[in-house]
Order: sequence, then structure tokens, then C-alpha cells
Amino acid sequence: MKIVVLVKRVPDTASVFKVASDGRSVELDGLKFVMSPYDEHAVEEAIRLKEKMGAEVIVLSAGPPECKEVIRSALAMGADAGAHLLLPGDTGYASRGVAEALAVAAKTLEPDLILAGKQAVDDDAAQVPERVAELLDLPHASIVTRLECTATAVTVDCEVEGGQFTAELPLPALVTAQKGLNTPRYPTLPNIMKAKKKEIRELTLDKLGLSGDRLAAGMTVTAMALPRQQRLGKILDGDTAQRVKELVRALREDEKVL
Amino acid sequence: MSILAILEQRGGLKPCAYETLSAAATIAKASGMPLRALYIGAGLGEDAQSLAGFGAATVYAYEDPELTHFTPDAYVPIVVGLARELDAKVILGSATSVGKALCASVAGRLGVELAQDCTAVAWDSALAATKPLYAGKVVAEMRLDATPAMATLRPNVVRVERNETPPPSVVQRGKPEVTLRTIIRDVVSAAAGTVELTEAKIVVSGGRGLGDPKHWPVLQSLCDTLGAALGASRAAVDAGWIAHPHQVGQTGKVVSPDVYIACGISGAIQHQAGMRTARLIVAINKDPDAPIFKICDYGIVGDLFEIVPALNEEFRRVLGK
Repeated sequence: MKIVVLVKRVPDTASVFKVASDGRSVELDGLKFVMSPYDEHAVEEAIRLKEKMGAEVIVLSAGPPECKEVIRSALAMGADAGAHLLLPGDTGYASRGVAEALAVAAKTLEPDLILAGKQAVDDDAAQVPERVAELLDLPHASIVTRLECTATAVTVDCEVEGGQFTAELPLPALVTAQKGLNTPRYPTLPNIMKAKKKEIRELTLDKLGLSGDRLAAGMTVTAMALPRQQRLGKILDGDTAQRVKELVRALREDEKVL
Repeated sequence: MSILAILEQRGGLKPCAYETLSAAATIAKASGMPLRALYIGAGLGEDAQSLAGFGAATVYAYEDPELTHFTPDAYVPIVVGLARELDAKVILGSATSVGKALCASVAGRLGVELAQDCTAVAWDSALAATKPLYAGKVVAEMRLDATPAMATLRPNVVRVERNETPPPSVVQRGKPEVTLRTIIRDVVSAAAGTVELTEAKIVVSGGRGLGDPKHWPVLQSLCDTLGAALGASRAAVDAGWIAHPHQVGQTGKVVSPDVYIACGISGAIQHQAGMRTARLIVAINKDPDAPIFKICDYGIVGDLFEIVPALNEEFRRVLGK
């Protein structure tokens, strides 16, 4: 069994973000980058399946050369090999282009199961895995909190508003991970050392027969800004009874929300 | 050419279905293109009447017991087929678990761009979308020039506006002739009367200040009085005090209620990512320096075990409960 995990390198969201001078992007210089947290759950699940039933786990990431760092982190967790699809810096590809490239790259790896985080925490685009599944004509399930796998099928619990459902998908299939699926492990020092020797395959758009033009975005960011929501910031005074009365009054009479 | 609104259902139509339709109506009006609605489920029935007032002439209802629950296998070909049939230039859906997965899949099939979880959409000779990025710390204005352009809208951000137009005529259709690879084995619905977090107009959330999971009833009584949904901070979820579906924040749910009442929550950035777009934020915390007070509309510095029950009593009094 071969499992491909899609991972993305993203800025740590604990970072302080600034809008770049062009007014249409975020200043990325000086930010700390990490593997997107939901992708860690996907990597962990793949390694658990490998430990349980035997599998080869290949981590695939598309992006600039620095993506290799997050591939290495996944290798240190226990993945067997990496594949890096080099997208030259500042390609401006939106999710569609990245997904089309990843689908072609993933196909060359011939996976039985593709795992990915439910969304990346930078652009929160929440669509690349589903696109990849559709492009490869694979059955897929999103926002999964439990996964069981046999040689021929995967059974998953999917979180939806107001409950959850259990679905069975024949392999090959794609599944996106939600927090709660597992607790990602910390790499041990010996595994970090071992990871350095593991292979990371280099893929390029050329090698995959993809043209940059086809991947060009059909959307543009016209402006970016830091949210500026005016809040009242009223800290209420008085004893408990007075403050509670004033709060209820304000919500009902001033704000008309209750 | 047309503007297509995908109506979310779980049993009946969800409130976000009307929000999507209302947003699509605005775009239809601005673009001069006709508005069409799409329903996929077990049966639209009388709900068709509730679609009056948006100017949609037609709702396409794909009805079959096998369409009760979302599977990409069944739903995606329907949306793709109808979008092509109607030459849809804009396709809008709801930014729910199902809505996002469906629209991402359709966008993949159609090879078009999609902006997920938008807080506003508009028409400016192309679809314009406002979308939070980086856990809501940055907001992007986007323009989707290639068509069909797709977007999903965060529940509760669109104010539903109706006019005098009649309900749409219903074009009934069955399920598509496709092989369903995914089999739904089981569906677990939340207990009756439970208010879904992302759809709630009022959310009451608890954090570390609760001290112990045995204290949730303090917040639950306030929820019951207000018809509110119960949320939690990551600290409370990570401590094992409550299940992850209640988590509000970057690694939990994103909510935009009319009122968000944070009890014993410090207001870490990770939490703000999930509630920043609430219309009003009320903070109750005993630490006057808690970051939550910097982003609140109304704050009470004090012990939540004293404030929340008093607040509950006062609400019950004025609401006559």
C-alpha cells in the first residue's frame, strides 16, 4: 500500500502579519514557517497506518525550495520519502493551478490513499485536496476525525454541522484530516538524523509536462488589509447586579440583538 | 447566462441557504443576469414557497432519497451539469463543511477559481469577494475574472433581504446516472434542540476560567435561556473538558453570531481567529488584562461563577422565561 500525504509550508499563524508595500500581499520576510497544522494530522495518520498494516508513506509538497524543510519534518516523524514539486517563487498560482500541478505529481506516485490537511492555515483556501481528488477521479471525504483502513477500502467519520456521518470509500481514495483525528508525534532525535538520509525527489513543472500558462490564476487579489473592526470596548462599572442589568439593557435597547 | 445559488439543506433548508440566495440576488441584480437556485436532497416540498422574495424564477430540485446526504459522487455531477446547462457565470454556496467540500469539488471539475469562506461578495463587472486569510489577521479583496466564478459565504455574515417577488417555479429532477462509490454507513445528528455553533445567532463560550468540566452547566443554562450554542476555547478542548466540535478558533470553528459571549476566555490570537467577525463581543473574565477585553464591545471584569448566573437570571426576567 502506498500513501501520499500532501503538505504545505505556511507562516506560523502566531506571527504578526504586515501588508507588503504593494498593498496586495503579505510581507513574508522574517516570518517563521511551519508545516500547516492540519497536514501534521495527515502525516501522523499515514505513519500510524504504516505501523499498523505496512505502507510506504510519501510526502508531497509544492512550492519554493524551502518546502523541503517541511518535507524533512514529515520524514522525521516517520514518512519514508519525499517529493518536492518546485514552484518558482511568486508564481501567483491560485488553488486551481496548484491543485492541477499536485494532481499530476500525485498521479506519478500511484497512491492507494492520499491524505491532506482539511485546509492550510495561510490562505485558508480549503479546496486543494478536493480538487486533486476530482482531477484524479477519486472518491473523497473531507474533515475526517476517525479513519480505518483495509487493503481495499477506507472508512471515515466526517464532521459536519449538526453531527457527523460515517462513510466507506473504495481505494484509491482521498481523505482530509481534521484536528481530533490523532495527536501528531514529535520527531525523536534518532528519527531526525535518519530523516536527513531519506530521499526527496525533485519534480518540476517541465518534468511533469505542465505549462505555467495553464496554471495561471483566474483571480487576482486587488487589496489586502488588516481587519479594522471598531469595537466599543466598554468595560462596565458597578456591582454585579448593576453591571448585569446594564449589559442586558445595552444588548436589548442599544444593540437590539436580544 | 445566469447566477446560480446552491441551497444548503439538512432535512429542511438551512438559514444559510437564504443567505446564499440573498447574496446571489444582489449579484444577479447588479449584473443583470437571471438568478437560479439549486436544491439537492430528499425533497424540497413546501420549502419552495419560502424562496419567495429573492427574484429567483426557477429552483432546480434534484430529489431522491439517495441524495439526502452529501457525497461528492452524487452531488458534484449535478452542480457541474446544471452550471453548464444554465451557462452560470457565478456560482455561490455556503461555507459549511458540506458547502465548502462541494464547491471545492465542483471548482476542480470545472477548472475554475473559488474563494471559500467569504465575508462579502459583490459584482463589479466580475465577482468580487472579501475573504479573511491567515486566521483572520488579514483580509483580502479578490476579483474572480474567469467564469464561472465561485464563492462560498460564511454563515451569518449576509443579511437576508427580500422583495415582493413570488416563489420560484420548481423544476423537479431525479438523481444523476452515476456510480456512487462512497457509501454512507451511518449518520449521527446532534441531540434535538441543540443549536449548531456556526449557525447560531448567539454563542456562549467557556475557557480555562471555567476551572473544571463539571461547571459547563453554568454556561449551558445561559445557552438554554438565550437559545445559544455552546462554544469553547482551545484550552478547554485540549484539557479534555469538552469535545472538539465545540471549539471556536483557528483550529476549530469560525463563527459570526450576532452576539458572542466569552466567559473565562483570555482571547488568544488562536481564539480570535474563530470569533473576530461576530457582530458584538461580550467578555466576562476575572483578569482585567486579558486580551479579550481589547477586542470586546462590552466587558465585565469579574468571577464568571458570579456574573453568568446573575446574567442568566436577568435575561430570564426580561425575556419572561
